[in-house]
Amino acid sequence: MAASRYAADPPDAMRRVELEGLTLLYHRTSGLTHFLAPPAPEILDALAAGPASAAEVAASIGERFEIESEDPAAAIAARLAELEAAGLVWRT
Amino acid sequence: MNHVFGLKVGPVSFRIGSQWRGPVAALRRLYAGYPEPDGVCDFTVRLEAERIWRRWLRPSVAIRGDYVLPDAAPLPLAQGLLAAEMGMNLQMALGQKRFLLLHAASVERDGRALLLTGHSGAGKSTLAALLGERGWRFMGDEFALLDLEDGRLHPFPRAVSLKNESLGLLNGMDPGRLGPVLEGTPKGTIRHLRPNPEAVARMGEAARPVLILFPRFGRGLEPAVREVGAAEAFMRLTQASTNYVALGERGFDALARFVGALPSKAIDYADTAQAEALIDDLWPAA
Repeated sequence: MAASRYAADPPDAMRRVELEGLTLLYHRTSGLTHFLAPPAPEILDALAAGPASAAEVAASIGERFEIESEDPAAAIAARLAELEAAGLVWRT
Repeated sequence: MNHVFGLKVGPVSFRIGSQWRGPVAALRRLYAGYPEPDGVCDFTVRLEAERIWRRWLRPSVAIRGDYVLPDAAPLPLAQGLLAAEMGMNLQMALGQKRFLLLHAASVERDGRALLLTGHSGAGKSTLAALLGERGWRFMGDEFALLDLEDGRLHPFPRAVSLKNESLGLLNGMDPGRLGPVLEGTPKGTIRHLRPNPEAVARMGEAARPVLILFPRFGRGLEPAVREVGAAEAFMRLTQASTNYVALGERGFDALARFVGALPSKAIDYADTAQAEALIDDLWPAA
């Protein structure tokens, strides 16, 4: 079975404010406010380029940040599931 | 409506209509000296008989207006003043779109405003009323109005509602500023205090906020101060706002600017003297 691919709204659908290491995000589509901790904002940044699998998102983030996990793709997949539950990403 | 009273509180004007004389007469006394609305009122509150025959038999007051909570319980007519106050709160809480409404008290000194917010029972009203008699300008004890454009706080100096143990604060106060003692209300014994003449005269003057305080009152608490991070302050203030969600992105932007621009602290206190001392310590650095 092919790995799930995830998509997110484009950056202009969200208003983001950084506060003390947390990202406050206003999701214009739903009108909901979210509090995001790393690496959730980085995941949304990675998905701004287009839909991607957890492994692709992990690779993209790994180019710029060190991911402290033995299995970065699994760690990113867990965060993607949380973002999916929050309505900020969805499977394509 | 047989009996009508209009007043301005800060930038908001109300028209209160009642089928009975009593609540409107009580409002006129409590709000003596408040300006009258200078045009169309922002909000209308209606105090009506629950059913028409109840106006004559065991009257009870139902609160109505532009915005209605379906399960708002009727109050006995003796508590008509409280019903009017609750009606004004309700219209503001549900209908205000010009400001981000924070369930908070605010006071001002030297053009700078202090916001006090917290759960019911944290002592917002008591502290604001006390500070308002001790050299601060009382701006409001129930709602602080955050300007969505320039981030200033607008006063909303309605009568202060003091409850139960806080009623001691009224000892020695000019009796002309006090409302009737309302016993057996859903919140216990309540008595209203009209803000002092300075607070009323300057109700049109907004002030720049410089400090957010989250007071916590408890008989056994040691006086203490704790830093509150901007993200925590943001979250707590969304919970303290009655119209954050309704304002959408404008509310988000205003609140993010607000908590990002000024310090937030939590204070614990066991009596008002302790709270006053903590605020005096924190204020010069704010």
